[in-house]
Amino acid sequence: MRIPPKITQALAVLILGTATLVTVVVLVLIIAFVLKRGVPEISWEFLSTKPQEMGKAGGILPTIVGTVLLPLIAIVIALPMGVGTAVYLSEYTRENRVTKIIRFGTDCLAGIPSIIFGLFGYIFFVTILGMGWSMLSGGLTLAIMILPTIIRTSEEAIRAVPQAYREVSCSLAATSWETVHKVVLPNALPGIMTGVMLGIGRSIGETAAVIFTAGSSLMMPTSLNDSVRTMSVHFYLLAREGISNEKAYATAAVLVFAVLFVNLTAYWMMNRFIAKRSS
Amino acid sequence: MERKVKISVQNLSVFFGRHQALRGLSLDIAANRILGIIGPASSGKTSFLRALNRMNDLDPESRAEGRVLLDGADIYHPSQSAVQLRKRVGMVFALPMPLPMSIYDNVVYGPRLSGVRDRATLDEIVERTLTSAFLWDEVKDRLNLLALRLSGGQQQRLCLARTLAMDPEVVLLDEPCSGLDPISTARIEDALSVLKARYTIILVTNNTKQASRVADETAFFLMGDLVEMGETSQIFTVPKDQRTSDYVTGRFG
Repeated sequence: MRIPPKITQALAVLILGTATLVTVVVLVLIIAFVLKRGVPEISWEFLSTKPQEMGKAGGILPTIVGTVLLPLIAIVIALPMGVGTAVYLSEYTRENRVTKIIRFGTDCLAGIPSIIFGLFGYIFFVTILGMGWSMLSGGLTLAIMILPTIIRTSEEAIRAVPQAYREVSCSLAATSWETVHKVVLPNALPGIMTGVMLGIGRSIGETAAVIFTAGSSLMMPTSLNDSVRTMSVHFYLLAREGISNEKAYATAAVLVFAVLFVNLTAYWMMNRFIAKRSS
Repeated sequence: MERKVKISVQNLSVFFGRHQALRGLSLDIAANRILGIIGPASSGKTSFLRALNRMNDLDPESRAEGRVLLDGADIYHPSQSAVQLRKRVGMVFALPMPLPMSIYDNVVYGPRLSGVRDRATLDEIVERTLTSAFLWDEVKDRLNLLALRLSGGQQQRLCLARTLAMDPEVVLLDEPCSGLDPISTARIEDALSVLKARYTIILVTNNTKQASRVADETAFFLMGDLVEMGETSQIFTVPKDQRTSDYVTGRFG
């Protein structure tokens, strides 16, 4: 017997609505939980001074610096490499066994637990290349970690650019490269930015890969060769070692605001970009 | 009037993988005239057109045999650059396809690629080509408007202007009016009639009436073969081949 369309429609609304509601409620609860415990501890002093007694007292300034710089290094390295790979795969090669293997490889890499990247970074950058626990080791490791995401999202975005645009550009005597940078990349930019945001988000929240490669120094870093601690690592160590729950949640709250700030900035920039192009 | 040959096609075959789209056809295209190409679907009209500016090269499966001489030089010779060729042989596609940028930027896309940077020169190109395409008066006050906001007919005239902006010698049009209303179509046809003084124009069309209206010469393609080519008046009144006669009188196709 066929279920009447009215009932299936009502069921669909109910089930989909519930799924959405549960998701939103869980997210809001998590953020509210962190903010409720963390926000009262945040002060200007907390944001602008160095930690004392392993983080039991004082602020988190060096970890803020680390949280800004490590993802920045990672994205500066991973963005050109990732977009370059995506352009090469989609515009300069034909679909064949090699591109399939590369794509399969990136998909696998995207699903590997971050601690594996941490171990690789520790063995390769920290030990073999002798970079030690440093921002450079950490940034390079994070770059490798987010590379698959950036490659895949960029490739999707590039493939979504209508083929007709490429034909038109070609018929107007553009070379492949001119077509890529004048037509394909500008139109793929919103999609590429999504990959970048995902990558930054993953880097900011990363602990395992960072502890193994950037270390956990609480000193203010002065060069790329210095060890540094990010807010995520700081939170992890404060909570894990039972040093200070108050400071841990305050750090977490700052982290939440930081991620929010990054995302809002990115949306704002994206909207401005789109508005400018569609005026 | 002396008939000066601009493009000489000699025994041209085009393959896509194992499929043969053109079967070794030969014809001479006269300078400063409009050649109309008519024929039913999948008769090789578009493949022929795209062979003339090597757009078929974009399909890695495609292959061309025979020779296409542009002013006597074979465009498929290994020493010839496809990019340079496309500056001389411009193309307008079936569907209006403005790039997602402003009207102005669409028109100067080709010139900028060729290295023209001077604003006054670009301004001059924009006004001259949009005027040639009968679009200037409609858009002169809003050249910074996103081209996608124009109507279909305006978009297609913009595409024509964009092709003219490269200052080509030959203009290929692939059913440029197939998606347009009769008034927009008339505008494009008017533009072509003026433009032939300066360019060699090849117009593929599904609309035999359009060929009879604007083309000086007409070629009839069928299943990858050239059935017949001649002065338009002759093709439409006293065709030599029975199949041409059937097609232009609407008995098949």
